[in-house]
Amino acid sequence: MRSVRRNLREVYVWQIPVRFFHWINAACIIILCITGYIIGDPPAVQHSTEAIHNYWFGWIRLTHLGVGMIFVVNLLFRVYWAFAGNKFARWNQFIPLKKSQWHSIFETLKVDILLLTHHPVYDIGHNSLAATTYFGLFILSVIQALTGFMMMFVTTNNVAEPATTHMLFGMDGFFVVRYIHHFLMWAFILFMIIHVYLVFYHDYIERNGIASSMIGGWKFIREDVVRDFEEDTKSSDIDDAELKLQRKQDE
Amino acid sequence: MKQKTIYDELKAKGYTRREFLKFCGIMAAMMGLHRSGVAQIAEALETKPRIHVIWEHFQECTCCSESFIRASHPLVGKILLELISLDYDDTLMAASGFVAEAGKDAAIKENYGKYILCVEGAIPVGSYGYCTCAGRSALETFKHEAEGAAAIIAWGNCASSGCIQAAHPNPTSAKPVHKIISGKPIVNVQGCPPIADVMAGVIVYYTTFGRLPELDNMGRPKMFYRNRIHDTCYRRAFYDAGLFVQSFDDENAKKGYCLYYMGCKGPNTFNSCGVMRWNDCISYPIQSGHPCIGCAEPGYFDQEPFYRHIPSVHGIGIEATADKIGAAAAVAALAGVSIHAVVTNIQKRQLIKNEEEFPVKKDEVDGN
Repeated sequence: MRSVRRNLREVYVWQIPVRFFHWINAACIIILCITGYIIGDPPAVQHSTEAIHNYWFGWIRLTHLGVGMIFVVNLLFRVYWAFAGNKFARWNQFIPLKKSQWHSIFETLKVDILLLTHHPVYDIGHNSLAATTYFGLFILSVIQALTGFMMMFVTTNNVAEPATTHMLFGMDGFFVVRYIHHFLMWAFILFMIIHVYLVFYHDYIERNGIASSMIGGWKFIREDVVRDFEEDTKSSDIDDAELKLQRKQDE
Repeated sequence: MKQKTIYDELKAKGYTRREFLKFCGIMAAMMGLHRSGVAQIAEALETKPRIHVIWEHFQECTCCSESFIRASHPLVGKILLELISLDYDDTLMAASGFVAEAGKDAAIKENYGKYILCVEGAIPVGSYGYCTCAGRSALETFKHEAEGAAAIIAWGNCASSGCIQAAHPNPTSAKPVHKIISGKPIVNVQGCPPIADVMAGVIVYYTTFGRLPELDNMGRPKMFYRNRIHDTCYRRAFYDAGLFVQSFDDENAKKGYCLYYMGCKGPNTFNSCGVMRWNDCISYPIQSGHPCIGCAEPGYFDQEPFYRHIPSVHGIGIEATADKIGAAAAVAALAGVSIHAVVTNIQKRQLIKNEEEFPVKKDEVDGN
């Protein structure tokens, strides 16, 4: 048995709401992609019964619309949690406004994407590149939700209908909106491929338990990285993760 | 001399009171007015003079005019042309050449600020050579006539959103009416062509109430363009049941299944085809077994091919669709991550085998 690294510490990074959001979001996106694709290009399901006995395409659409609603509510909750959650879930993690975040983005690009050096970059929460990507995904989700609502509410009595229909016509109607909605589905699929691969990659290279962290919430982080982080954040209010760390140290 | 009212003119043409009221009833029903609307229309036509109309043809195929003179109900067709005083319409008028132009100028001067300008066709803003009539470019003519117009009616897709002239790559830089001028009430009567009864409805509404009907923010009268063809389609049940025509000559086409899979743009298109139908309410494209091509929507000519739900992407390839591009990108992403995985194993092998020393930081105290 080989066991080399000793100086790792367990850090509670992803709180329960973050983990719930992640998996609900993942499930929604997968279901929405599948049902959405079927709506765009329906398979030839032929049967010999009359139309009144069948509703399979209706069910597909109902699933798409219903899951879309869950997707949006889940997203709204995550926006709330970006202000209520711990340091790693906060909104300022995702929007690169600070110089250090941009520096970290370029570092991560060099190390993890272009593989220019074999030294890994250590982060406790998201690395800045990933976080920025998630912000991009959030923007895509908002566009997807809005275009979806425009198409869903039109000619209904929904309270949002006047506003969404106004937007729909403002964007030159269904052709454009449907097109955007359809194209962005592929952006989500691309994101999924790269996202899952990079989770495997980081788990494989850095051994910080990144894959399981989205289930249990804990990561294994090098002691010196944690210490640096604690020093950096000493001045600000102590959040969940730090409290837990404190407790761990006390034991 | 007292100006003749529309009803006076109709009487002079030999229409009976019964026919007149019948017409008012048809129009009120078409516009979805309350029963009292019949009386309102009748009163307006009895008291108001005919409205003066200048009808311009720019880059177009005259299908709007063809539709207009074929208003479905025979009575509507007959009366419609009596409702307006068509001072200039280069397709329908008898005069030609200098006389026609002089007549138009006189009509504009006489009714300045009162006449309606009907525009058929898109207007090229590029070279004048594309559309010049009587020595004046389409743009110049249009701007001159729009100045004194009380309202502008943009007939059809050309005048409302450019239609085929403005389709990619738009060689003549054709523009619809609302993109050229602002500040005038403009109504976009969409469709290629618009349904004749819709055109009639807009004219009668203006005559009756002295203003344009309520418009949506695409400039279309709400009363005719409120619903999608999809929402009013009699084949909608087949759509929800997932019963689609797979090709034009199959058994499903005979059974009258939904044409969505064949590229029907009914779910995208706001128009009254499903309710009013065409040619004396006989039929509309879907009823005749052909998918809707979405002719009442802006940019529908760019949504080719007509017989596929997902359109081609311009500038990438003839047969490139969002799905093909997306799938190609997904394959590229898969290939990319595979290569990345291989390179990772080579480049980071020390790290992977744990042969890498931890880079010790300066402030490392416990010396692990």
